[in-house]
Amino acid sequence: MNIHEYQGKQILKSFGVGIQEGIVADTPEQAVAAAQELSKQTGTQWWVVKAQIHAGGRGKGGGVKLAKSLDEVKEKATNIIGMNLVTPQTGPQGKKVNKVLIAQDVYYPGANPTKEFYMSVLLNRQTGRNIIMYSTEGGMDIEEVAAKTPHLIFKEEISPATGLQPFQARKIAFNLGLSGEAFKQMTKFVASLYKAYDTIDASMFEINPVLKTSDDKIIAVDAKVNFDDNGLIRHPDYLAMRDVTEEDATEVEAGEHNLNYVKLDGNVGCMVNGAGLAMATMDMIKLSGGEPANFLDVGGTANAARVEQAFRIILKDPHVKAILVNIFGGIVRCDRVAQGIVDAYKNIGEIPVPIIVRLQGTNATEAKKIIDESGLKVSSAIELKEAADLVNQVLTK
Amino acid sequence: MSVLVNKSSKIIVQGFTGSEGTFHATQMIEYGTNVVGGVTPGKGGTSHLDRPVFNSVSDAVKATGADVSIVFVPPAFAADAIMEAAEAGIKLIVAITEGIPVKDMIMVKEYLLGKEARLIGPNCPGVITAGECKVGIMPGFVFKKGNIGIVSKSGTLTYEAADQVVRAGMGISTAIGIGGDPIIGTTTREAVELFMNDPDTHGIIMIGEIGGSLEAEAAHWIKAHGTKPVVGFIAGQTAPAGRRMGHAGAIVGGHDDTAAAKMKIMAECGIHVCDTPAVIGVTMAKVMAK
Repeated sequence: MNIHEYQGKQILKSFGVGIQEGIVADTPEQAVAAAQELSKQTGTQWWVVKAQIHAGGRGKGGGVKLAKSLDEVKEKATNIIGMNLVTPQTGPQGKKVNKVLIAQDVYYPGANPTKEFYMSVLLNRQTGRNIIMYSTEGGMDIEEVAAKTPHLIFKEEISPATGLQPFQARKIAFNLGLSGEAFKQMTKFVASLYKAYDTIDASMFEINPVLKTSDDKIIAVDAKVNFDDNGLIRHPDYLAMRDVTEEDATEVEAGEHNLNYVKLDGNVGCMVNGAGLAMATMDMIKLSGGEPANFLDVGGTANAARVEQAFRIILKDPHVKAILVNIFGGIVRCDRVAQGIVDAYKNIGEIPVPIIVRLQGTNATEAKKIIDESGLKVSSAIELKEAADLVNQVLTK
Repeated sequence: MSVLVNKSSKIIVQGFTGSEGTFHATQMIEYGTNVVGGVTPGKGGTSHLDRPVFNSVSDAVKATGADVSIVFVPPAFAADAIMEAAEAGIKLIVAITEGIPVKDMIMVKEYLLGKEARLIGPNCPGVITAGECKVGIMPGFVFKKGNIGIVSKSGTLTYEAADQVVRAGMGISTAIGIGGDPIIGTTTREAVELFMNDPDTHGIIMIGEIGGSLEAEAAHWIKAHGTKPVVGFIAGQTAPAGRRMGHAGAIVGGHDDTAAAKMKIMAECGIHVCDTPAVIGVTMAKVMAK
């Protein structure tokens, strides 16, 4: 699960991580009030108006603007709220902005120069341990840093037995070239950041940039916080932060029916049991001359009701020209799936696109009988190769 | 010979009396698996499916001499169940449970260091040695006995591959479902190594998917140490970057964990890579006929 920057910062702050302070607003009027309140709290004279969407690269798309007066706050907020923000991470269709974060200006002049760093916390899948990845090159695209100057990216692995040790936090602060008060502040920042990560069952933190201010504070200017979905069962308070308007509406609906659905851009819908077989079926659709319209895993307990629901979800996509059902029956019985297909047809009325059904495994013979005796316009297959050929035939008709 | 489990393996079921545990234990027993009992804390001393129920894995091991455990315990308690099995001296722990938090698995992995127990999974279909022993949730009838070993991150895709192998006139020695989570007990490379050392396995099918580097690691090992033909397939050639495809670990993060990148490395390491899942069986048959 992803959350917004303002929510991520609230969580970090609750663990003692220094942040760029801000107040979220839904309207330009609220934005102005937020700016006034923020000045009272922090003394800031300028404000940053930041679009709140679940995607990075917001600055590049015009979703982050500096405002030097309250009139400018209103003007920038008016422009950003409701805009369709296109960033390198949103895809060409962009995302609608519903909220802005009015944040304090943290690049104020002072005794020392400001400096931006990069820091993330994530799982190293090879070792099965968390790492803190950090770089002196903050505020830039980290993939670009990795490509051009890989020696400026550092990694610190955390032992699950001991947790993050103080010497590791010091090593990070040293490697970032800090000294004096800033050094001390960075060790605190790192320690509280890791504590937050470990406590909330996160799957990734990315703080870019981490800023050393002109008065040697260390703060998170941005916060990308992702949760491990499997861990959310023990964090109902964080689960409540989910913003479904950021997600595809059909995917949300599918989720409510416990269907694992991901919308794609193709023309052949598919319904499969098991994630691996579902991906393999998508690949097969492509090799048969089509493009997969979705990923959909009906799971191990597919029954008539679930299959019908899955059909309804797939058919919401107007680009779907054919549907391939590919079920290998292990836990799920093929005859139940076949019954589901028949019932779905009856309940939905006429399904406007050709359906290719491939059922194999437990009770496959009974399943084929149910399909064949139903009188429905459904092509059936037993081997995967036959199913692929049928998809190709349907598309080239 | 076979890999991991055979006729003499003694199996206990953790989460024995729950609905999943009951259903699959029944299937395992019908397959001929030597299920010697189960564990459900608080129900020790009772009997279920004509087998004794114990309060702890330790009690079960003492009374039955069990050396293999299969875990159906719900996600919030599964890590604890795995560690309990390891502590009690179980040699092979097969964790079927889907949805265990990554944080818990980081702990489990650390706990298992230096212990004798091997973990398979979690979030996997289990292990089956054809005709002898089924420690998992796969449809047993698909796995006809033969000399092809299968290692796979996916459940139904494993059944698919086994079915194709049988249709191509061959059979299965052992199939290992290693699971699709970011942290798993036994890697692709370790499973391949077990098959390379098993005299009853003559060819290996290796099925992976997008995300992580397990397949590349196995491919490099095969290039250096492999003695048997390997046929490979990677699911997710059409999966978009940054989107999770069902399995918690199936997500393209960078250039190295795409299907295309993995397939390229595997081919370079001498693995016979299939571009479609429909030809896994026939490809294996061709390779074995050489």
